Amino acid sequence: MNETRTYPAPVTNPETAPFWEAAKAGKFMIKRCTACHEAHYFPRSICPFCFSEQTVWEESSGEATIYTFSLMRKSPSGPYAIAYVTLKEGPSLQTNIIDCDLEMIRIGQKVKLSWKPTDGAPLPFFTPV
Amino acid sequence: MEHELTIKGRAYVAGIYEHPTRHAPDKSIAQLHAEVARGAIEDAGLSKNDVDGYFLSGDAPGGTWPMVDYLGLKVRHIDSTDTGGSSYIIQLGHAAEAIAAGKCSVALITLAGKPRTGHSPVRSPGAEADFEAAYGATTHNAYGMCAMRHMHDYGTTAEQLAWIKVAASHHAQYNPHALLKDVVTVEDVVNSPMISDPLHRLDCCVVTDGGGALIVTSPEIARSLKNPLVRLIGHGEALKGPNGGKDFDLTYSAGVWSGPRAFEEAGVTPKDIKYASIYDSFTITVLMQLEDLGFCAKGQGGRFVADGNLISGVGKLPFNTDGGGLCSNHPVNRGGMTKIIEAVRQLRGEAHPKVQVKNCDLAIAHGTGGLLGVRHAASTAILERV
Repeated sequence: MNETRTYPAPVTNPETAPFWEAAKAGKFMIKRCTACHEAHYFPRSICPFCFSEQTVWEESSGEATIYTFSLMRKSPSGPYAIAYVTLKEGPSLQTNIIDCDLEMIRIGQKVKLSWKPTDGAPLPFFTPV
Repeated sequence: MEHELTIKGRAYVAGIYEHPTRHAPDKSIAQLHAEVARGAIEDAGLSKNDVDGYFLSGDAPGGTWPMVDYLGLKVRHIDSTDTGGSSYIIQLGHAAEAIAAGKCSVALITLAGKPRTGHSPVRSPGAEADFEAAYGATTHNAYGMCAMRHMHDYGTTAEQLAWIKVAASHHAQYNPHALLKDVVTVEDVVNSPMISDPLHRLDCCVVTDGGGALIVTSPEIARSLKNPLVRLIGHGEALKGPNGGKDFDLTYSAGVWSGPRAFEEAGVTPKDIKYASIYDSFTITVLMQLEDLGFCAKGQGGRFVADGNLISGVGKLPFNTDGGGLCSNHPVNRGGMTKIIEAVRQLRGEAHPKVQVKNCDLAIAHGTGGLLGVRHAASTAILERV
C-alpha cells in the first residue's frame, strides 16, 4: 500500500544540505556534539543540549527499535503507520514503518532504514528486519 | 515596600462568553471574533472603550494590526502568543502579568473560527519540516502514538480511556448548545470505528465553528462590577518536544512542569481542587494531563478515570461539565478558551444545575496546544471564587 504514496522532495537549506547530499549517496547521517558527546536528530549546527557549535556529521547504522506507532486506518493514499523509532546510536525520530503487514507492527520491534525516492533527495523510512 | 513577584490575586476574570454556534457558514471569522468580544464585554458590564489590552492568537485573521483595527480597539498592550489550543490559558496568565505591571487594566482575549465550515489557520513550517512533514503526523495519529505507548508502559486499556468520553457525554446531555448530546457507554466508545490505533472515533473531540472570549481585569475594577468575583491565583506554562531525540518519552506532557508551577504559586494542591477543566482533544489527552498535574500517580490515570470518577455528582473529580471538546465544543480545534469559561461558570455557580459542583470555590483550567505526540505547550490556571 505504501508503494502508491508519493512523497514531497525536501526543501533543504544551508544547515541541512549535507544530510540530503549524503542521503543521495545512501548514507543516513546524524549529528554528534564533540563537546558533550551527545548525538541528536534532526541535525542542527549548534548542539541543542550544550549549545556548542562543535557538532559533526556521523553516519548512523540505520538500525532501530520501534518506540511507539499508530496505524492511521484511512487517508487519501490508504492506511499508513506513523512511528517513533530509537536509533542504535541513541536519538529517537519520527518516521513511517513501511513495506510490511501494518497490522503486525509492535512496540519493541527491530527495524532498519529504507530510503524512498522523491523528485529531490530520498527520504528515510524504516521497515521491519 | 517589598514587591511580591506573583500574579496571585492580581487579576480577575470579570467577563466570559462562549458563542452558542457550532456551525457558522454564514458568518466571517472576524465577525465571530467581534461577536464573542462583545459578549464578554457585555457579560462583564463594561464597554468596548474600557478595553486597553488585547490578546489574540493564530486564529485571528491577519493578526494584530488587522484585528485591532477591525474591532475598533484603542489598546496600550497586545499579546499574540500562539501555542495552539493552550494559547488562551497562557494568555490568561500573560494578561494577569500585564495588569499586575500596570500595562493594561481591562484585557480582552478572543478565539473564533470555522473549521467545521472548512477554514483552519495555517502554520508556517518549522526547522523540522524536511525531517517530519512527509510522515503524515495528524492530531489523530500523534495522540494515538501517546496512547499506544501509555498502554504499553502502564497497562492502560481502551475501556479506561472510554470512561473519559462517557463522563463528558453525561455532562453534555444538559448543555443545549452541545454538538453531541447523547449519553454514550464504554461499549459505544470501544465499538466505534478505529481511527488511528488505539483511538476510536468516540475517543476524538468534535470539530466546531464558533469561539469564546474573556475579560480579565484588575481587582479594583472587578469589585466595581456585578459578577461574582473569580480571580487567578496560580499560573504556569511549559513546552515539550522531541528534544533532539534524547530521553524520548511520550507518556508525559509539559503539564508536569506547568502544573507544579501553578499549584505552588496558588499555594494549593490537587486535592483542594473542586472542579477541573482539562483539555480533551482526545481521551488520552485528559488521562495524561490528570497524571501530570498530580491528580493521580503516573500510570494510574486509567484507574483514576474509570467507573465515573469524572462525572459531576458521582465521582471525586468533576471535569468538563459543559461536555468539553469531546461532546460540546472545540472551536477552531483550540480548546483552551472553553476550558476557562466553564471553570468560571462553576466558580460563579452558573453551570447547569445538574452538573454544578456544590460550594465550588477552587477550580483548575489546564490545556495543551500543538500535538502531544510531537511538540506542544501546556498551561495551567488555578482560579478561585473570592
